[in-house]
Amino acid sequence: MELKAGARLRSAVGDAEFVVIRAAGGDVALTCGGLPVLDSNEVPAKAAVQSGHEGSVLLGKRYVDESDTLELLCTKPGEGDLAVDGHKLQLKSAKPLPSSD
Amino acid sequence: MHLGLILDMVHSGYAGRTALTAGGTSIGYTDLAERSWGASARFTELDVPAVVYVGSNHAAFPVALFGAAGAGVPFIPLSYRLGTEQLAARIEAHPGAFIVHADDLPIGTEGSRSSPLQPFLDSLAGVGADPPPAQDADLPCVLLYTSGTTAAPKAAVLRHRHLMSYLLGTVEFASADEDEVSLVSVPPYHIAGVANLLSNLYAGRRIIYLHRFDPEAWLDTVRRQSVTQAMVIPTMLARVVDHLQGADDSRTPSLRSLSYGGARMPTPVLRRAMELFRTTGFVNAYGLTETSSTIALLGPDEHRAAFDSEDPAERARLGSVGRLLPGIEAEVRNDDGTPVPGGQSGLLHLRGEQISGEYAGGTLLDAEGWFSSRDRGRIDEAGYLFIEGRADDTIIRGGENIAPAEIEDVLLSCEGIVDAAVVGLPDDEWGQRLVAAVVAGEGRSMSAEELKGVVRDRLRSSKTPETIEFWPELPRTDTGKLLRRQVVAQLTDDRP
Repeated sequence: MELKAGARLRSAVGDAEFVVIRAAGGDVALTCGGLPVLDSNEVPAKAAVQSGHEGSVLLGKRYVDESDTLELLCTKPGEGDLAVDGHKLQLKSAKPLPSSD
Repeated sequence: MHLGLILDMVHSGYAGRTALTAGGTSIGYTDLAERSWGASARFTELDVPAVVYVGSNHAAFPVALFGAAGAGVPFIPLSYRLGTEQLAARIEAHPGAFIVHADDLPIGTEGSRSSPLQPFLDSLAGVGADPPPAQDADLPCVLLYTSGTTAAPKAAVLRHRHLMSYLLGTVEFASADEDEVSLVSVPPYHIAGVANLLSNLYAGRRIIYLHRFDPEAWLDTVRRQSVTQAMVIPTMLARVVDHLQGADDSRTPSLRSLSYGGARMPTPVLRRAMELFRTTGFVNAYGLTETSSTIALLGPDEHRAAFDSEDPAERARLGSVGRLLPGIEAEVRNDDGTPVPGGQSGLLHLRGEQISGEYAGGTLLDAEGWFSSRDRGRIDEAGYLFIEGRADDTIIRGGENIAPAEIEDVLLSCEGIVDAAVVGLPDDEWGQRLVAAVVAGEGRSMSAEELKGVVRDRLRSSKTPETIEFWPELPRTDTGKLLRRQVVAQLTDDRP
């Protein structure tokens, strides 16, 4: 699927939901728990996390790919790991900006 | 990205946490989100084109803001300090809007389309509304009237994508410790009031709203509520410092961070504050309404380094607004639009996803997406941004461009001078001549002639005001911005 900034997605294996913060153009295969993620208004068919794709996504955390062109924000936590075209996404480290408000 | 996302996340992530306290009552995150969803349902049912909020800080503020966002209509916070006629004119500009207002304001109740603050909040308790359907991130989210220090006020348009870009670019979800409490003294109709509400909610930090700012009440709240962060405008900090006269410590050990912005901070006030609040980290946040709040920051370590430094260039950074946030580009340009060589002064242009640069009449961004801030400034070799004031405030005397800020800083560094304004008045010989109005504190000792002498020694005679008047106070907006037009008007009226 082609990912666009602002798109809301959900996992097919659990409760996890995401929003795309940044994405490069072009078709990519984004998976959670080993299965393709769905559009947020699709109803998942209660699939299990695939072997080798165990893990969890945490609320409010950001996930990025190796080239730092894709960034997702987790808006609802759930089971399974995130991967794009077979490569696992990494947890993005928090920015050390001082609080200005 | 749409503001509704924040509610979805705090609703599931911050169950059991308190979101904010105002007027002695507190509201939890879950409750805040659910009442906001209820407000969205009501606004949608009434089919209102906008939601106007005219009141001080109250739990009804976020509920009305998020309620409007979920209904896909703009939120318009207005100053409750506007005169009756002005307020009526502003409200008339938004026909059919739902009006959430302070009890004591003369708002005509038109059917079910207006409500005082507390009844509005109460009516949404336990209505059991679902989250509203997703809305487009390109919709206008907040219309904010700029303070209009140099021209008539106009409404800046901030879309959801602008505010969310600022938020996601600067704040990490759940980054606040559970004990963190933020004391907020900026009003809802100021961009800093909107921005800090979003930041604190997203970070999970409890907000305490001070009903009316007063230095004693502010200090008392910090001490009693163990406040960890606070945000003030420079005139508030000046009043706190003044209130602590004679003290050698602020006695506010809980206060980890004190951020300020919204107007220029006089360096003497800041240095004094840093002596009093010794264990507090200071943050200078610079931004404009049109840039969705902060675009540059001077952080706590940078404050202390500049404070302690013997090196003049480093020391001067205490008067800078720090460095640009990630994702923000700046260019300093000439009046004709060409970029100036490194380090020189010019007009500050900004670009980035959080920058709206749009008014109700249309966008001011150029074809490449640059926004002319109309602030004059320069960027030093280490990337520190120095703001020299509004371009419209520049005084041209005998062909020389003079930034009033430079002269005001010298006047403010003089013993006993607590406020200063330098303006240009029409002059047959020079085009403009410099006139200063200053406010002296208790026990002032310097005369106008002595002050002129200091400016002449520190700068030069062409930058020395011809006349210096002593005034009981300077005209400022209620958010601390100097009203130069009024200073000029008062000086002109004095001499027909």
